[in-house]
Amino acid sequence: MASTKQTASTELPNGPGAAALLAAGIGCATMGVFTLLAEASKGINTLFSFYAPTGALSGVSTLAIVVWLVAWFALHRAWAVREVAMARVSIAAFVLLLIGFALTFPPFMELLLGK
Amino acid sequence: MEITWRDLMTVLHGMGFGALFMLAFTGAIIELYRMAVPGLPAIPNPRNQTLFRFYLIAMVVLAWLSVFSGAYVIYPWYRAAAPAGLTDLAAYPRNLLLSSPTTSGWHRLGMEWKEHVAWIAPIAMTMVAYVYAKYGPSLAKYRHLHRAVFYFTLAAFVATGIAGAFGAFLNKYAPIRGGETIQLMKGK
Repeated sequence: MASTKQTASTELPNGPGAAALLAAGIGCATMGVFTLLAEASKGINTLFSFYAPTGALSGVSTLAIVVWLVAWFALHRAWAVREVAMARVSIAAFVLLLIGFALTFPPFMELLLGK
Repeated sequence: MEITWRDLMTVLHGMGFGALFMLAFTGAIIELYRMAVPGLPAIPNPRNQTLFRFYLIAMVVLAWLSVFSGAYVIYPWYRAAAPAGLTDLAAYPRNLLLSSPTTSGWHRLGMEWKEHVAWIAPIAMTMVAYVYAKYGPSLAKYRHLHRAVFYFTLAAFVATGIAGAFGAFLNKYAPIRGGETIQLMKGK
């Protein structure tokens, strides 16, 4: 993802912001991908039903949150004191955000699943 | 004047958390936009900086309360399966909507989209609040990061709008009712 020189200036490095941004994109995309998986397979749908009254939504959202937080933690550790190529990180985050929107949109999901 | 427990919780989810969160976007969007406009004072005084930090944190709390109350309190009432053979489906909103081709779209598109897209908003706004807390008004100097934060805020607003609008329509066509009746006021 570009990056990576260690910052020596007194100004805050952009790394922590970039880590939070990219992790948010990853969280949104994960929400979309897990929604698609739960829709595509009855087995995965059942597997994602962590809390029966809420159904697969409980597992989809819980796992998306876990992936988001783990990604944030890992990226933050890697970029905490670094300057990263923010333009590229932004583009990646927006693509992931769009994936999140697209894969939670039922007509698009149905198109992908050939329903 | 009475209200049922489920009505009360639905109002709390939709109006208490969701609508308040939605309203708060106006302030967040304007402030995030304003901080990078040439000619306007980029650095607000420390009191206003602290206020905006708390404003964004309050938005994050409202966003998470909205999605968690929706998923774990309201949604189970919505999707509860009606017993076989039941003809009056008023207490089973999902079954009620799916029982007619004129209303099934409210579930297949409305609820199916709303229940998932809504989670984008708290994830995005948590990032926005963190980044502002970290960089403060100097965020405007980080051009790409500032722009990304601004557009993620807009995306969260759109996600909330979709969830809120479908929530309002769903509550029109298949309201969630039932539970204990709470008397709010005695009638004359």
